[in-house]
Amino acid sequence: MRLEPRPASSVAASILWPAGAILATVVFSSLLVMIAGASPLTVFWLVLKGAAGSQFAALETLTRATPLIFTGLAVAVAFRAKLWNIGAEAQLYLGAVMTVVIGTGAVTLPSAGLIPLIMIAAMLTGALALLGPAVLKTKFGVDEVVTTLLLNFIVLLFVSMLLEGPLKDPTGLGWPQSKRVIADAQLPRLIKGKRLHFGFILAIISAIVVWVIMKKTTLGYEMRAVGHNAEAARFAGIPVNRVIVKTALLSGGLAALAGFSEVAGLKGNLTLDLSPGYGYTGIVVAMLAMLNPLGVIAAAIFVAGIFVGADAMSRSANVPSYIAEVMVATSLLTMVAAIMLMRYRVRWR
Amino acid sequence: MDANNGQEAEAVLRLTGITKRFGPLVANDAISLSLKRGEVVALLGENGAGKTTLMNILFGHYTADEGDIEVFGKTLPPGDPHAALAAGIGMVHQHFTLADQMTVLENIVLGTQPLWSFNLGKGAAREKIRRLAADYGLEVDPDRMITELSVGERQRVEILKALYREARILILDEPTAVLTPMETEALFATLAKLVAAGLSVIFISHKLGEVQSVSDRVVVLRGGKLAGERKTADATRRELAELMVGGQLPVNEIGPSSPRECLFELKGISTRSLGGAALRQVSMQLRGGEITGLAGISGNGQAALAALISGTLEPVEGEIIVHGEKVERWSPGAALERGLGRIPEDRHATGMIGDMSVAENVISEAYRSSRFSRFGFLDWKAAATFANDIIKAYDVKCPSPDARVRLLSGGNMQKLILGRALDGDPDIILASQPTRGLDVGAVAYVHARLIEARDRGAAVLLISEDLDEIQTLSDRILVIHRGQLSRPSLRGELSVMELGELMAGHGHDEGASHAA
Repeated sequence: MRLEPRPASSVAASILWPAGAILATVVFSSLLVMIAGASPLTVFWLVLKGAAGSQFAALETLTRATPLIFTGLAVAVAFRAKLWNIGAEAQLYLGAVMTVVIGTGAVTLPSAGLIPLIMIAAMLTGALALLGPAVLKTKFGVDEVVTTLLLNFIVLLFVSMLLEGPLKDPTGLGWPQSKRVIADAQLPRLIKGKRLHFGFILAIISAIVVWVIMKKTTLGYEMRAVGHNAEAARFAGIPVNRVIVKTALLSGGLAALAGFSEVAGLKGNLTLDLSPGYGYTGIVVAMLAMLNPLGVIAAAIFVAGIFVGADAMSRSANVPSYIAEVMVATSLLTMVAAIMLMRYRVRWR
Repeated sequence: MDANNGQEAEAVLRLTGITKRFGPLVANDAISLSLKRGEVVALLGENGAGKTTLMNILFGHYTADEGDIEVFGKTLPPGDPHAALAAGIGMVHQHFTLADQMTVLENIVLGTQPLWSFNLGKGAAREKIRRLAADYGLEVDPDRMITELSVGERQRVEILKALYREARILILDEPTAVLTPMETEALFATLAKLVAAGLSVIFISHKLGEVQSVSDRVVVLRGGKLAGERKTADATRRELAELMVGGQLPVNEIGPSSPRECLFELKGISTRSLGGAALRQVSMQLRGGEITGLAGISGNGQAALAALISGTLEPVEGEIIVHGEKVERWSPGAALERGLGRIPEDRHATGMIGDMSVAENVISEAYRSSRFSRFGFLDWKAAATFANDIIKAYDVKCPSPDARVRLLSGGNMQKLILGRALDGDPDIILASQPTRGLDVGAVAYVHARLIEARDRGAAVLLISEDLDEIQTLSDRILVIHRGQLSRPSLRGELSVMELGELMAGHGHDEGASHAA
């Protein structure tokens, strides 16, 4: 078996292959659902209803999609330049740390000043977290997959230390959690009494900004050139290492915004379970979106919908909500296969 | 060479109506061809004409969609290299298929006998190899490792391998591409002895001179079709060339040069290795209004020199002087700032970004200038205009500036690179293997542009492994050997043989290399 590049991928192919991927995901998950002893049609209907069947469900899905848009963008930006940032989880937590460091009363400003200040500080923290691996990669050729992945664990332990020490809420009954951010540091809710917050709007704006950067600016051009062919980029005089560092700063900053938005918009304080792996799921989101910043919005809502819907489904049908993770993982694998088949033809001989 | 040993010789090989399609591409279209005993047939054609495909079908690597192959009167089962071998067909590929860490002897007997009797037959095998080598002028020590051999010697091993297996029909795919002129002469002498002994040879080439000196008959392929067949003695060079190209051959007139001041100078440059030899204490000057040709056998430091001048390789010692000014920090950006136009050796890996569009590729060296960007935002309209200008001026065949470069042919890609490199009339031009893999029309086009640049006063360095190209275009010729340069010679000063001597390393001063 060998792969031959296709001369050009047609519009039809770029719709049919991903559609086929989704179909394959549905078929495979149906098998698992049947093994669990339920009817696939009922289960999928319940998942859909749980994800979008009511105002509450839809808002919950968007709330869950918000951090995924940020981490998905972070990964999409980095992967576009072939900087394999697996550390969005760490950058998310560092963004959250900076949010509580500034936002719990250390600085008092009206919210129009305080929130941008926190955002910028959080982004810088996340950016710096990825600067180390980027410099190690460009100067010494250290594999960033390893460094960024391992940093996730280091940062999580660091956060744990902070929550047991300097950032611990003295009124928290001994729980490892930070103080709550002050009112001026909180992002407003979009609808009174609902959980969906202004962070979602920020995420959409970020996606548009990233799209503009990638499409219209010299930086985006450099990132794409470096990602597609670093040797040719270097030959043409593009400062490859500087581009990688800039990419790292942007990517780390975007991931940190996920942490900021979760703390300032939803949770109010920092705990060790702030993120159920949003940094890692961001990789899935970015791949499903084929690294397109606007596609990240749709992919994040899709993935969030499956998780939210599966939670609701598992309450009424007797199928564990783990099916959501299987479905997301399967959709990633089939989508990656579909992307490959879009670009290559398989020849058997 | 005499095809007919006294009387009309019988056909040993007959291909009838061979057709092979790869998707929509017809690589071979109903090609018929025969080969007689004791005959050398040259298979002439440009890159992509279908020569290699045809030979791969003959040797069983591919299966033809239609057509028959008959060897010594028997039909050859399709798609079976073992059957081809057993029928007496031996093939010497352009890229050798030898195991580097084994001896010549081991490579030759490999696959001819079961492994457990390996040592038993060694004495007899060595004797047979020595005899074949002596008979056909293929001297090579059977007990040396392949890694210790020169390219020419490796080719001899490949031929010996075929002869050892009693090949009666030998196919040579572009055998001279990697050889020095002397080695080429030796190869031709070997071929003469082979046909005298009754073997038949198919000689694949796109070089007319060679074809004329070695073959009895020429079969010309063009675009997968049989374009014509001539007795070598009756055909003129021009006639063959026009059959190959399918029309009038473009001819470049190159007038006398009028050298001006030195625009680019290297002084005592040494570099690290880039696969081939590293540069050792290289000094050279490029003068305006002159094409300097750098000849040499592949792997002698051309890659390092090209990378150095392009800016992608930094020297470990020595000075780079551009327009009379010593450059402190050398990089691709620094080279571009100082007005160098650079045509890289590898279009796909270095020259272009295949997954990006034509417009995105042509601005890659200038995207930060005010022409294409403002406040960090790219002006895609200006980029598309520039791309269209190049497409028009250089006659690039491509659907639009938005087309991905990957979809273009090698020649069209090279035209884009030319357009990008020559934009703004650079006065120092590096052209590294600028015509490798291009068809004759595209080659003539590239040459014309280089001559044009020279005539307007640019200093051009042409690095090429094609000695014909070097001799046709260069006003001055340098030869590189093991990372060192020969003294420069003027156009016509040295014969092919003398240049060959230099390429093989004779006449190079040890220690320092000169090129003033």
